[in-house]
Amino acid sequence: MAVKVIIPTPLRAYAGKQESVEVQAATVGEALSGLTSKFGDLKKHLFTEEGKLRSFVNVYVNDEDIRYLQKDQTQVREGDTISIVPSIAGGISAK
Amino acid sequence: MATKTGVPTAAPAKAASLSNEEVLRYSRHLIMPEVGMEGQLKLKQAKVLCIGAGGLGAPLGLYLAAAGVGRIGLVDFDAVDFTNLQRQVLFGTSDVGQPKISAAADRLRNLNPEIQIDTFETHLTSENALDILKDYDIVVDGTDNFPTRYLVNDACVLLGKPNVYGSIFRFEGQITIFGYPDGPCYRCLYPEPPPPGLVPSCAEGGVLGVLPGIVGTIQACETLKLIIGKGQPLIGRLLLFDALAMKFRELKLRKNPECPVCGEHRTITKLIDYAEFCGVRGEEAPTTVTNIPEITPRELKTRLDRGDDLFILDVREPHEYQICNLNGHLIPLGELSRRVHELDSSREIVAHCRSGKRSAEAVDFLRKAGFRKIWNLKGGILAWSDDVDPKVPKY
Repeated sequence: MAVKVIIPTPLRAYAGKQESVEVQAATVGEALSGLTSKFGDLKKHLFTEEGKLRSFVNVYVNDEDIRYLQKDQTQVREGDTISIVPSIAGGISAK
Repeated sequence: MATKTGVPTAAPAKAASLSNEEVLRYSRHLIMPEVGMEGQLKLKQAKVLCIGAGGLGAPLGLYLAAAGVGRIGLVDFDAVDFTNLQRQVLFGTSDVGQPKISAAADRLRNLNPEIQIDTFETHLTSENALDILKDYDIVVDGTDNFPTRYLVNDACVLLGKPNVYGSIFRFEGQITIFGYPDGPCYRCLYPEPPPPGLVPSCAEGGVLGVLPGIVGTIQACETLKLIIGKGQPLIGRLLLFDALAMKFRELKLRKNPECPVCGEHRTITKLIDYAEFCGVRGEEAPTTVTNIPEITPRELKTRLDRGDDLFILDVREPHEYQICNLNGHLIPLGELSRRVHELDSSREIVAHCRSGKRSAEAVDFLRKAGFRKIWNLKGGILAWSDDVDPKVPKY
């Protein structure tokens, strides 16, 4: 199934500067691993070393948080949109 | 949802009245039924605390004051600087150097002398937060860092105050309302902050000046709606805004039953050490890479003037190079590992960035890769501008 993964601004630098990436997947887990195999630098921003989704990154299928669906086992359908939504705090301080 | 609107602690509106001047000032509110006299009196009796008088706080303060919110508290510790003026529309050039809080209060009092402005020129801390927040009906979070975000959230949950949340990054914003009894809180959404090393680096920072204007204005809108008890508040909904695409999206937020501060088995029952929680004390860790050989701007200038063969490596981003540069060879830090072949380890290399943090990482990386004749320019291009060539602009 072709699904669209929307890449948030802070992570676009690690995804070839793209706003969204289309991947073939049947579950959210497959979609994210497809994404990180395409863009290796994204991996450490999305997952812990144990392979768990980081606690400041949420993933949505359409408008539902996968934590309240079947997490990475959540099925996706053709045309679904997966959103990666990391926490942002302000980003106005340039150091 | 409709039953959850309105300010739980607001006094009945009938206790107040409007003067003739106020009737004239607020006439465009009074003649629309959604606000009317009832709503305007609720606004007059409302007490809203704005945390941060920066990019978000500026439009927020202006619209709340203009709308006639009777008491507005402002919390901020900074002074106005030139880089603020690109987005913090509360301030003018003549305010540079002044405390934000006094410049903001002056501006809001001038906009609406009918209202009360409370100023708290302080950092919000675990020690003072509950005391500052307790007198207000609604808290609006316009801060720019994770420790304060978690502090504001926890304090609002502990006190039972709505928290109108907005945050921004470059050209993207997030807005929602936390802190309602049946609604989610910030920790339901994000149990933990990112570790400092994974926060996008300064090279990717920056913000489109109008973005906080839009996000702060949406926060103001939600705050006014909560006060007058009209419309559908942004509770349990996360509004995402992308200014480049000019798109709004909405995601569902749920209360997390496992939430450590608002869940059934809460483990956080008082304010904690938020700097520690957010790992701020370790924030310098990735950049205080130790034993980095350094060269000061003056030493570098002396050596260059002497005609020494030094290779200047600039590890900033291309758009920063366009602002100013030292004629260095540009390899952004993020590309260094795959472009290392462009460097000649037999030559002496001086790496620099804006402030010296990224280039310290670059030097550390290159030393591990076998480079021996490499130095970090101490203080970066900022120090170069201070100590060697003031014609180089600071940004």
